[in-house]
Amino acid sequence: MEADYAIIGGGVVGLSVAWGLLKRGKRVIVIDGDDGAFRASRGNFGLVWVQSKGMNQPRYARWSQQSAAIWAEFAEELGDNTGHAVPLEQKGGYDLHFSEETLQETVEKYETLKAQLDGDYPYEVLGHNALRKEEPHIGPKVVGAILHHQDGHANPLRLLTALADDVRRMGGTVLNGKTVTDVTKPDGFHIQCSDGTVIGAAKVVLSAGLGAAELGPKLGFKAPIRPQRGQVLITEKLPKLINRPSLIARQVDEGGIQIGATNEEVGLNDRVTQPGLSGLAAEAIAAYPALARAQLVRSWGALRVLSPDGLPIYQESPQMPGAFLVTCHSGITLAAAHARLLPDWMERTDAAPDLEVFSETRFAIS
Amino acid sequence: MQQNDLIVIGAGPAGMAAATEATSHGLTVTLLDEQPRAGGQIYRDVDRVADKRGDILGKDFTYGRTLTGGLRASGTTHLTGAMVWSIEDGFRVSFTKDGRAAQITGSHILLATGALERPMPVPGWTLPGVMTAGAGQILLKQSGVLARRAVLVGSGPLLYLIAAQMVRAGTPPMALVETQTRGDMARAMRDIGGAMRGWPYLVKGVRMLATIIRARVPRYVGATDIAIEGRAQAEAVTFNVAGRAKRIACDTVLLHHGVVPNTQAARSLDVPHRWDDGQQCFVPELDTWGGTGVDGLFIAGDGAGIGGAKVAEMAGRIAAIRIAEAVGRLTVQQRDARAAPLLRSRASDNAIRPFLDKAYPAYQPALTPEDATIVCRCEEVTAGDIRRYAGLGCLGPNQTKAFGRPGMGPCQGRYCGLTVTALLAEANAQTPEQTGYYRIRPPLKPVTLGELAMMDTPEPDAAE
Amino acid sequence: MKPASPFLELEGNPKVPVTFDGDVFELPLGANLAAALLAAGVQVFRHTPVSGAPRAPFCMMGACFDCLVEIDGVVRQACMLEVTQGLCVSRPGTGEATDATE
Ligand SMILES: Cc1cc2nc3c(=O)[nH]c(=O)nc-3n(C[C@H](O)[C@H](O)[C@H](O)COP(=O)(O)OP(=O)(O)OC[C@H]3O[C@@H](n4cnc5c(N)ncnc54)[C@H](O)[C@@H]3O)c2cc1C
Ligand SMILES: Cc1cc2nc3c(=O)[nH]c(=O)nc-3n(C[C@H](O)[C@H](O)[C@H](O)COP(=O)(O)OP(=O)(O)OC[C@H]3O[C@@H](n4cnc5c(N)ncnc54)[C@H](O)[C@@H]3O)c2cc1C
Ligand code: FES
Repeated sequence: MEADYAIIGGGVVGLSVAWGLLKRGKRVIVIDGDDGAFRASRGNFGLVWVQSKGMNQPRYARWSQQSAAIWAEFAEELGDNTGHAVPLEQKGGYDLHFSEETLQETVEKYETLKAQLDGDYPYEVLGHNALRKEEPHIGPKVVGAILHHQDGHANPLRLLTALADDVRRMGGTVLNGKTVTDVTKPDGFHIQCSDGTVIGAAKVVLSAGLGAAELGPKLGFKAPIRPQRGQVLITEKLPKLINRPSLIARQVDEGGIQIGATNEEVGLNDRVTQPGLSGLAAEAIAAYPALARAQLVRSWGALRVLSPDGLPIYQESPQMPGAFLVTCHSGITLAAAHARLLPDWMERTDAAPDLEVFSETRFAIS
Repeated sequence: MQQNDLIVIGAGPAGMAAATEATSHGLTVTLLDEQPRAGGQIYRDVDRVADKRGDILGKDFTYGRTLTGGLRASGTTHLTGAMVWSIEDGFRVSFTKDGRAAQITGSHILLATGALERPMPVPGWTLPGVMTAGAGQILLKQSGVLARRAVLVGSGPLLYLIAAQMVRAGTPPMALVETQTRGDMARAMRDIGGAMRGWPYLVKGVRMLATIIRARVPRYVGATDIAIEGRAQAEAVTFNVAGRAKRIACDTVLLHHGVVPNTQAARSLDVPHRWDDGQQCFVPELDTWGGTGVDGLFIAGDGAGIGGAKVAEMAGRIAAIRIAEAVGRLTVQQRDARAAPLLRSRASDNAIRPFLDKAYPAYQPALTPEDATIVCRCEEVTAGDIRRYAGLGCLGPNQTKAFGRPGMGPCQGRYCGLTVTALLAEANAQTPEQTGYYRIRPPLKPVTLGELAMMDTPEPDAAE
Repeated sequence: MKPASPFLELEGNPKVPVTFDGDVFELPLGANLAAALLAAGVQVFRHTPVSGAPRAPFCMMGACFDCLVEIDGVVRQACMLEVTQGLCVSRPGTGEATDATE
């Protein structure tokens, strides 16, 4: 089996990149793990989010903005191609605050960032009463919110399904239930799977989520990636209760209220815990008291794919040129950028985005 | 928080027998069940009902009073109306009772959560007026409510039992549409040796059939192409039998083709399960005592594999004896002496199973339904959708969840899990074992956010 | 007025008034709520939030969630509840979300 690109990992990151490469006429093979694999792409919160991103690295804020700006077009194209819409709403999102102090501190940080972004950071501060006009169900404990107009949310599972569908439709090969164990480069790349399959490709993209930590060094990457657990709740389907999403809660297109998420350093453990669920429930009720009567239908734990500074890593291997590490902790937000902008970087075209700040050189050798 | 030696979940025959036995050895036991009164599925509400309808329901039902009486006399703490929604390692059991969430801890857990009726997705099975046969029986048992114009559809001993009970209640079903064939019975005859060891079951079976035949309930054996017609409500059952199309107008359709273990709680604790070809379902992997791979966690009753009420009762006691030994209340010799007769009679009671499994197999077209049939009732996902997700690379049911939401509604896959596994296995030419099952997470059943939030303790000791 | 029910009740028990979606039914005190509503002629308990299809009790043992009804703003399984005096039941999702301020 031969291809221009072999993509290791068929989560939202790998599939977005595969989609972009296929659009450019490349021959692509995606290799993905089994049913029980850790998959952040299946357990995330679905925000297409700009605010608070890149507080210390304006390039990351800009990259998120670029992706958010082309997300709608991207979603529409996927919907047209597959006949299944990818629900997306980009009418702004909130950072809700329970104290004036935290609200004020955040505003100060946003102002600094705004200046670094030449003023392109459209947000406004809503006091409790202004917020209540927008969100009639907001609770008395919420003192106010930052409404950022570039924020929004999508249905991440529909995105994943549409990508899986369209990658195949465009002639991509997807091999499911395979685990890559090694990659060598005698001439082209040879990708070895645990079941004995060997795949040949001119180039390789390592987008295996947490799997990159183990495979990365074999390809000459540092891949300093760690899991961080996020527990997420979803309620029964409810009548409209929340207009705009926040990091605390959002109402999904199917009607359920999604509540998230914990940040826990517990290694490769994706279980849910009663204290985790209770804490999230309490916070959501503080924000929207009507939720006290809502039934929690499901919960899950998912593992974030985190680099030490939380920023994406885009790196071509110094030892094995033609191998690229692509990983990030906002794969939904950045899906559009990965599909439409990143291929230029891998193909070294004139339109290639400048991703220097996201290279691995920023991490000291440990 | 009170620390129990044993927490038993489920107050059916397995749970009642286990709790009674364990308490008798001096263990601190708490028994929880979401039902308002002890009994489980077979002995549902037996204390309130036996005097009123004992003659209709039969001796096998009123026998349940022995167990409820024993439980009461034992002094076991029995929390009724307590719905368990989370079990965590350690063990920490969270439940809701009277609209409030609470928690208990224990060093051992016995899951005695019983069985569910095997999902029977046929066209029209989501219409009002279509129920499981067990539901029809529960209406009769618990509430004295009986369908006036009902057709029973499917196969298995429970179908005959319910039909016979309806006859005795004075409102026989309009017809029995049976899916097993004469060929199935011929194949089953090869296991007649085992069945003879379980002869009392055969005698009961013959008696039930005699009751049904005497009441002149029409029986259609070997039915295929079963569908339910109706716009807003079931109006008729249609099917083919011996090459002829039939239609029976009715108000109520009672579906049944066997029971399967309710594995939700066990799966939430990552207990390994294996596929049982004979029973066409997943069963937890257990040792003789009901012990799972998870330390301190035991399973007894139909949740451990279908064996029926007597086997459930014995298995409950066997597990309790093992746990009594584990906490030092019995020596190994005492344990073995006490368990030996139970182990023997459990084996002989189980001997009938291979015969029954072959004589009354599941209705094949409902295991892998045609494309248009809904398989996930909650999210309204069809068999065709599942096949399409297989085409998109879904090897297992956790991927289809992400692609089309089956198993993500409030029932959490209880009535679609086996079907989705079967459809994926068929589409990907894999075994059900390779295909696997939904990952089950707390809450085992929905719980309000308000109840959850009430348990929010800002103490730092939290789980991890 | 009591609609004709496809179900028959074997015994008569003392009855209490229960409201279901605005209609008042006389149901046996202490009976299983789903069974009592069925016997009283209620055929559709809810409409699914996905397609709006009508549903009614399917399993009667708390496993299928097709018997969901709303009581005091909380959606619950009718087959897991008992009839009490003055119970007020509605089809789920028909009411507006209410703010619990207590
Ligand atoms: C709780 C939570 C909330 C989140 N919320 C958001 C949000 O609101 N917005 C947002 O933009 N992002 C969010 N994220 C992050 C987002 O989900 C991830 O950035 C994204 O899913 C990462 O995708 P991925 O493809 O890199 O990884 P994954 O989805 O983990 O996919 C990796 C794939 O690689 C495969 N694989 C691994 N190893 C191998 C191997 N050796 N061989 C073959 N295949 C292999 C696996 O099978 C898997 O399918 C959230 C994450 C979590 C956990
Ligand atoms: C609807 C139905 C009707 C049946 N009728 C008969 C019959 O008439 N005759 C016969 O021989 N067999 C019948 N069976 C077969 C039945 O499975 C066994 O006979 C027997 O009841 C099994 O006993 P058990 O103790 O394993 O479980 P069960 O008797 O099923 O008891 C399990 C108990 O666990 C409780 N439970 C489950 N989950 C939770 C939770 N999360 N929190 C709290 N409590 C929980 C349930 O409320 C239930 O009371 C029936 C099965 C079903 C499903
Ligand atoms: S009828 Fe199935 S849950 Fe109530």
